Amino acid sequence: MAVAAFDTPRRSRLGSSPWLLLAPSIVFMLALFGWPVVQALISAFSDDSGFTLAAWERLFSDPYFLKALRNTLLLIVIVVPVQLVLAVAMSLLVQARPKFLAGHFYLWTIPLAVSELAAGLVWLSVFDSRGYLNSLLVSWGISDTGVQWLNYTNTGTMLLAVVIAEIWRATSLVFVIVVAGIQMVPKDFDEAAQVFGASAWQRLWHVTLPQLKPSLQVALILRTILALQAFAVAQALTGRDFPLLVGETYQWYVNLQNPAVASAAALVVLVLSMVTALFYLRTMRQREGT
Amino acid sequence: MTTTLPPLDTAPLRRRRRRAIGVQVACVLVSLFMAVPMVLIGLAAVSSPDALVEFPKPLIPSEFSGDTLLAFIQATGTIPALGNSLLVGVYTVVLSLLVGAPAGYALARRVFRGKDAYQVFMLLARALPIVVLSVPLATMFLDFGVYDTVFSVTLLHTTLAMPTTVLISASIFVSVPTDVEEAARVFGCSRFEAARRVVFPMALPGLAASSIFTFVLSWNEILGAAVITLGHRTLPAQVLASLGEAPQAYRYAGGFALILPALVFILVMRRYLVNMWGTTLR
Repeated sequence: MAVAAFDTPRRSRLGSSPWLLLAPSIVFMLALFGWPVVQALISAFSDDSGFTLAAWERLFSDPYFLKALRNTLLLIVIVVPVQLVLAVAMSLLVQARPKFLAGHFYLWTIPLAVSELAAGLVWLSVFDSRGYLNSLLVSWGISDTGVQWLNYTNTGTMLLAVVIAEIWRATSLVFVIVVAGIQMVPKDFDEAAQVFGASAWQRLWHVTLPQLKPSLQVALILRTILALQAFAVAQALTGRDFPLLVGETYQWYVNLQNPAVASAAALVVLVLSMVTALFYLRTMRQREGT
Repeated sequence: MTTTLPPLDTAPLRRRRRRAIGVQVACVLVSLFMAVPMVLIGLAAVSSPDALVEFPKPLIPSEFSGDTLLAFIQATGTIPALGNSLLVGVYTVVLSLLVGAPAGYALARRVFRGKDAYQVFMLLARALPIVVLSVPLATMFLDFGVYDTVFSVTLLHTTLAMPTTVLISASIFVSVPTDVEEAARVFGCSRFEAARRVVFPMALPGLAASSIFTFVLSWNEILGAAVITLGHRTLPAQVLASLGEAPQAYRYAGGFALILPALVFILVMRRYLVNMWGTTLR
């Protein structure tokens, strides 16, 4: 109530309307986010003579595109669940307050600031045909010449390399979200369950995880959307041999000089993300409602 | 007295110790998974070019040399790209704060109609892959004659950083108590003066931390920078563009050079990590 007393008269309050403070950011986002969406739609659906689906036909008839779609979805389906489990395990380890926690925490969060490209190059030094992994295999006598992990004929091992690099790079993001969530969970419930003789596993499954659910949902969806954008890791490891959706946008624009098809590929990523994002906002809303 | 006590049950103690050891082993395993690849590329980067083509490679390179890193640094475009990256990062920080912080202040301090819609819009924008819009953006920049400039990359990166800047700065301004602002107004400051002289200095540490996050975002962004620029590339875009014809040594040295700043960023920011990336950004 006291706040109201300090409020300035109505006239000057209009002058300092919050929309004045919000306007620059709105203009900025409309000009550099809203307008490009419109532009992308125009360029993907039209050419000099008007409306056309030519760009889409070219995109879908390109063998790389369907492969890219399949690889991207495969990557998400494998990487995201592994990262969630790993991140929860890492957060529980942090909760156990081990020695040298600060050191461990530092190492675990470094990949947050490592770019996708750098992560790809790091794992290239491991998975390259003359890299460290093959050196190890050969010098231990497990293999004579090593495995061609990144050869374009070995889709399976390429997928494996990209999956490991992605897990290495992006688990820390999920980890940080889950750690933040786990710190907000009151200890009382866990202690109560302990008093009543619940095993560690029961406490995790019935007490900790249900309370972590909001954080896990957020992490799940954010990671899914970010994984849809993955491209530089695969680019650094395999070039175009392991195509991903955003990588195709890059290829069509930079190497094939075809903005229309590039826009179409970008729109596919955008629509997939939009579906995930709307789902994300809905679950957030429901959470606030309850 | 000790003789009268029943024998001590040490089983829980032992169980506790076993558990602590198990936790420590698991921690070390995860740390190894995170650290070993970085150590490996570091070793590769300080190997001499001859040692790099050896196979099987020994873990400790047979010959240390700065030649690999030096060749990367002296390669065409590396130094200018580094300069571009730094410029784009700093400009992005400044521009996104100038545009985003006032909006964050409004969200933190005011109740108004449409606030909810604005926040949902920002959350949605944050979730959407704005980078994939670099293709139409490139066309736009061409039309306006700013294609392939540091300025155009700054605009793109500021757009990427805008939703997070607004949301983080809102949470920073919320944490500055309203009392001090009111006190300043009692003593005759206008709303703007109170914000500038009282709230802003108190929010400065938080804003500085969020600026580093913005800088890291810009430093690491690659697709947009690669699409929008041709001659004035940022460092990651330069490395990506050179991947096709570059020798293995260039890749390892480049990867190592891109990782070094990450070590410093996280060392500086580790206190803010959980708060900023974990809580505010959800």
